[in-house]
Amino acid sequence: MPTRVLIPSGVLCLGFDRAALARGVAAKPDLIAIDGGSTDSGPFSLGAGQSKYARSVTKSEWRELMLARAEAGVPLVIGTAGTCGADACVDWMFDITQEIATELSQSLRVARLYSGQPAARITDALAAGRIRPLTPAPEISAETLAQMTNIVALAGAEQIQAALNTGADIVIAGRTTDTAIIAALPLMRGDHAGAAWHGAKVAECGALCSTNPTSGVILVDFDSEGFTVEPLATGATCTPHSVSAHMLYENSDPFILYEPGGHLDVTQTKYTALDATRTRATGSKWVPGQYTVKLEGARAAGFQTTLIAVLRDAHYVANAQAWADKLHGFLTALIAKRMGLDAASYALDFRLIGVNAALGAMENRSGDPVEVGVLLIITAETQALASEIGKLANPHMLHYPLTENEELPTFAFPYSPAQSDRGALYEFALNHVLELDDPMSAFRLLVSEVNP
Amino acid sequence: MTKVADIALKVRSKNAGPFWVTIDVFCGSTQAYDQLRNALKTDAIAALYHQPTQLLKRFDIPDLNVIKFSFPRPVTQGHRTDRDMHGAQWSTLLAELAI
Repeated sequence: MPTRVLIPSGVLCLGFDRAALARGVAAKPDLIAIDGGSTDSGPFSLGAGQSKYARSVTKSEWRELMLARAEAGVPLVIGTAGTCGADACVDWMFDITQEIATELSQSLRVARLYSGQPAARITDALAAGRIRPLTPAPEISAETLAQMTNIVALAGAEQIQAALNTGADIVIAGRTTDTAIIAALPLMRGDHAGAAWHGAKVAECGALCSTNPTSGVILVDFDSEGFTVEPLATGATCTPHSVSAHMLYENSDPFILYEPGGHLDVTQTKYTALDATRTRATGSKWVPGQYTVKLEGARAAGFQTTLIAVLRDAHYVANAQAWADKLHGFLTALIAKRMGLDAASYALDFRLIGVNAALGAMENRSGDPVEVGVLLIITAETQALASEIGKLANPHMLHYPLTENEELPTFAFPYSPAQSDRGALYEFALNHVLELDDPMSAFRLLVSEVNP
Repeated sequence: MTKVADIALKVRSKNAGPFWVTIDVFCGSTQAYDQLRNALKTDAIAALYHQPTQLLKRFDIPDLNVIKFSFPRPVTQGHRTDRDMHGAQWSTLLAELAI
């Protein structure tokens, strides 16, 4: 049965074209699906179990989508709720949904799909040989798994289908693959499997697959042979080039995409322009395989304090690397002497902004900058320790001389106090898949009637 | 001296998940694609990013006039020693490469 899915934008909080969304609702979609996050911004969100986006923006955009859902009379699905899809973020999104439902007097069935994994489940699976490393994978053990603050498994189409089958008006899903929330319904209705996954991949970033990437709203029609993608913003077009080029984006392999239970192969896909704005694709292939779900995990890796000093004196600018190296050695000795700390128990990272802060050792250009920002990142076991090292380093970041026989220099501190405590540092600690016999065995569904 | 950016329409890089980075060279025309496909040596690209050649995946895609390189991030995204959370500035090295 042909299936029409409306995708308001690539991620909630990125904004969308209101007129285009209204056109999408008028086109009578079977489902509205939007992504709530990814690993793009780094490990903090998963580590801390927090959304990176403002609650106010999340609420205002979600309110518009809840109104669109009521008008369309079809389910609304969000995947990877709250940036990382940890259980706490699903509940945060549910809380926002309840607030809006009450404000709008909407009576709703809401299904929450939890993707969080207890460390013990993963430890048992590891012992049973049901965890496979991907390339490159960090070493894992019962000990490292126990240290992780959040572990999530990426749900696929089956888990979203289970949530839709509860008759939910709204599905708030924890971590899912970006594509699963879009592919689930066409797969459930028997549309072409390769087209379902490929169309979902093309549409998951919203209008990024069109010639007007920031316009947001995309409509995808799935059927028994292929899919047709149409951008709904005025002036935006989806061309065979813009659609096929989207497989390149954030993909290490532009022809293959792994999903739970198999992979998508677009090597033989044919792209055709239907008219000035719509493109159709056929020939995408779904290759079934073992049922595995990808795991993501983050663990705390210390606490950080930072300082920035700006060197403007031409002599210091020209010798910034030597200055930082010398200061590093001086501080290491001073920390050992004053605090009794061994250099292996903390880290000082100097980044020379204006020299090689972005690329480090890979940088192959050198120039003659006007000034150099010296960013010192301190990482230690506790915030108190990192902060104490920051205070110890502070006067030396301000005054450290290149030579002993010169008047004490003073560099530019941009603010007072010069140090900033950054809180916990998290790092990604899993790049593995988990084998499952039953797709739902690592996921949990909770159905609530809101304002019944 | 001619650089890749003088011939290509655009060079972009981005993480492909926390453990990989991918670099897309959009050539813009068949002529530019043919020129860059021959000029960009896999060994030289690996060296540019301090990577062993065998870890570098290369895709020459004539339908899109795109040359794509992917390799495991030497430092995982967000690690203490990572300098570019999104890997988005890595493209500059390839764009500035003399050919």
